[in-house]
Amino acid sequence: MQTSASSNLWTRLIAGERGTQVFLALLLTVGVAVPILHLAFPEGSSLHLSTYTVTLIGKYMTYALLAIAVDLVWGYCGILSLGHAAFFALGGYAMGMYLMRQIGTRGVYGDLVLPDFMVFLNWKELPWFWYGFDMFWFAAVMVVIVPGLLALAFGWLAFRSRVTGVYLSIITQALTYALMLAFFRNDMGFGGNNGLTDFKEIVGADINASGTRVALFLASALALALGYLACRYITLSRAGRVVQAIRDAESRTRFIGYRVESYKLWVFAFSAVLAGIAGALYVPQVGIINPSEFQPINSIEVVIWVAVGGRGTLYGAVAGAVLVNYAKTYFTAALPELWLYALGTMFVIVTLFLPRGVVGLADRLTPRQRVEQAVTA
Amino acid sequence: MKLLGCMMSSIPGVRPGSLLLVLLLAALSHCVAASEAPSFEQALGALATSNFKQKERAAGELVGVRHANTRAVLDALLEGNLYYRKADKRVFIAVTQEAGLELRDALTLQSAGTADAADFSKITTNNQLRKTLRSALASFDLTDPDAQVRLGAVNEMLRSLDADSVSILRARERDEKDESVRQAIRTGLAIADLNHEDAARRLSAVEQLKGSLNPEVFNRLTALVSTSDDGSYTEPDAKVRSAARAALAGIENSRSFYSMLETLFFGLSLGSVLVLAAIGLAITFGVMGVINMAHGELMMLGAYTTYVVQLIMPQHIGASVLVAIPVAFVVAGGVGVLIERGVVRFLYGRPLETLLATFGVSLVLQQIVRDIFTANNRPVETPSWMSGSLQINEAFSITYNRLYVVLFMLIVFVILQWVLKKTSLGLKVRAVAQNRAMAKSMGVRTEWVDALTFGLGSGIAGVAGVALSQLTNVGPNLGQAYIIDSFMVVVFGGVGNLWGTLIGGMSLGVVNQFLEPHAGAVLAKILVLIALILFIQRRPRGLFPQLGRAAEG
Repeated sequence: MQTSASSNLWTRLIAGERGTQVFLALLLTVGVAVPILHLAFPEGSSLHLSTYTVTLIGKYMTYALLAIAVDLVWGYCGILSLGHAAFFALGGYAMGMYLMRQIGTRGVYGDLVLPDFMVFLNWKELPWFWYGFDMFWFAAVMVVIVPGLLALAFGWLAFRSRVTGVYLSIITQALTYALMLAFFRNDMGFGGNNGLTDFKEIVGADINASGTRVALFLASALALALGYLACRYITLSRAGRVVQAIRDAESRTRFIGYRVESYKLWVFAFSAVLAGIAGALYVPQVGIINPSEFQPINSIEVVIWVAVGGRGTLYGAVAGAVLVNYAKTYFTAALPELWLYALGTMFVIVTLFLPRGVVGLADRLTPRQRVEQAVTA
Repeated sequence: MKLLGCMMSSIPGVRPGSLLLVLLLAALSHCVAASEAPSFEQALGALATSNFKQKERAAGELVGVRHANTRAVLDALLEGNLYYRKADKRVFIAVTQEAGLELRDALTLQSAGTADAADFSKITTNNQLRKTLRSALASFDLTDPDAQVRLGAVNEMLRSLDADSVSILRARERDEKDESVRQAIRTGLAIADLNHEDAARRLSAVEQLKGSLNPEVFNRLTALVSTSDDGSYTEPDAKVRSAARAALAGIENSRSFYSMLETLFFGLSLGSVLVLAAIGLAITFGVMGVINMAHGELMMLGAYTTYVVQLIMPQHIGASVLVAIPVAFVVAGGVGVLIERGVVRFLYGRPLETLLATFGVSLVLQQIVRDIFTANNRPVETPSWMSGSLQINEAFSITYNRLYVVLFMLIVFVILQWVLKKTSLGLKVRAVAQNRAMAKSMGVRTEWVDALTFGLGSGIAGVAGVALSQLTNVGPNLGQAYIIDSFMVVVFGGVGNLWGTLIGGMSLGVVNQFLEPHAGAVLAKILVLIALILFIQRRPRGLFPQLGRAAEG
């Protein structure tokens, strides 16, 4: 792979790995097919995809992006973050604030500046941290900056003092728990219990129109593809190798002379940014963001997506996110009381029997010949 | 009487002498009752009249005979719940129901069924009679043999002092033997003196009230120094006013002292809950390096065990909690051993995977409980010996359930320390915690120790659940609410020894309670979490880190 410096970036990222090729091909197919099936076929046609399905697939894609972010820190760097949903929700809140400001006079109280819940709380003016969110570019910047900065600050504190393993997992959980409690407070100025909802339009387009939904879907697909390639690039880079060395033997890597903290910090922050972007794409599609997104269980669920798919492979994370969420959509509709059993058993079975997830299982089931070929090639 | 004799003689093995003694005692008590009952009965009968003068006299006689039912009868009369049957002038205590009057015989206080209201006549009262009744009741209580009842009566009177009650109190002051009751009476008289026309008398009253924590005193003194609408003081004399201000300042000082004590105590009891929740976690984490995310659900199982035990023995709520403790230990401990044998033992050396797997177990446990007991909270009764509070003084009282939680935590802590320090199991547990490989090569069956340790930690969680069932709602989410807090305690205290958990839990509890009034409950929690994250900067392994080579692995 490192035969020549001029080797094409494209081949480096894609040619080396079968999983990546399959994933990108599938993503491209879905990305093309879904809008066509939705827009080209009239409602009632057997080939027509409803807006609900388009939005659902778009939602899965944002989940997949979040799963990639978790896989990057857990699968490649060995940091089990039980608080990644916090970054996801922060990105979502940044987008939600923009969407709230776009409502304008169409709210129940018809106030030009103040969102409904502020009028309801008898607030007279906009809190300072809501300034600027009427502009899309500002919100977009915040989607990146807020989770990124929080991850930098948190990571700097945690990695510098060498908090590792389960201790780290638990304080990440405490982080998201603290944020949840904070966002539940009405006087925080983020809508309290109800969160932000009743969005009307995004960059001038009606948020419920099917064209907008397709655009959001495409944006999610694009973000997923770019996020995937970025992560893949990182894992293949020199720094990525160091990160994997940290996962396998942290002390040894430190003794060789690498600044372990810095590597961990940047990977963690980048992953948080990806999670924030995923959240920002998630909110306009589901139409609501509230503090329950910060629940510790959400973060742990993301981890199980990655574990089910197979960590340390990126495409495994995507597969896991889609599989588990499809199962969740199916179960919660058909057999709601069985969902927690299914999820709980999944946790146990995957950790006990499938340490490498479905992807590992698929590898094991493929004929040995091909593996040998790949090794000798 | 005959019945008693029959019962006695039918009991085999009772010596004739003791039987005689019993009979004698029974006859004696019957004599006493016989000499008293007619006069109570007569006085009661005299109430069945429309003449207020006669009623007043009858009420006075009722107080005079000091019958056990006097109070109930007079209370009923005051509230207009006393009736007599028109046919035979028999007196009943009755409540109006839809079906008619629900009767209780005033003589025996036994239920007498329901009857048509038309056959009864209400024993009415007028202002004069009610006034007499009130002071009659007050002096009735003031002469009660129990000092606690007398104190309660005085405090009740302090709330509405008038000329009558003052004269009753003054009369009572001379005869009162109990020091605390006399003190309360003096406080009452001093409060009355605050209205005296002589300024010197008022001044001395203020002086006398200086150290009192009675809320009534505080109100009266505050009223004394306040101004009315036209700017003039309620109290004309400046000397009295400044004395009152000084007294108020003193009272406020001691009040804030006691409220601080109260916060401290609340903090300690909250801390005890945290310690109870975290101590089992600390054991499994310290010994096995295993994070048990299902720990909260094991506590939930303990709480539900209490509920089930109460369902099985509804007649003995008082004992049910005590019974529930060992049962919950066994139930939660058993489930813990199952988790260890079924899941955790395959994952040793992979703490992050253990965390995920046990989290899965916790989801399943929650759902099982939801399926069996529904998702609603279950009512767990508090035994009578745990409700109520211990009144230290007028500004400071301790509720019994909080007090018992602190005591219970200490008992559990001592027992655990004993198990870990003095028993052979404890020795093995510590050996495995310090160096697993070495312990194994010395012949310790580490697998067996692991299972028992996990069972022990889970059992403690169950016991903590019993305590929690007395403090919070018992529902399927009970465990989730405490799991993060208990992790915080473990992270803060470190896993080196149990003292870390004790000090960690207690300080988190106290800090939380002291922050709460200033920052609000939620913000206090957030601040504690942030402080903890910063604390880990200084001591990444907690207050009492596990020392030695094995700890770094």
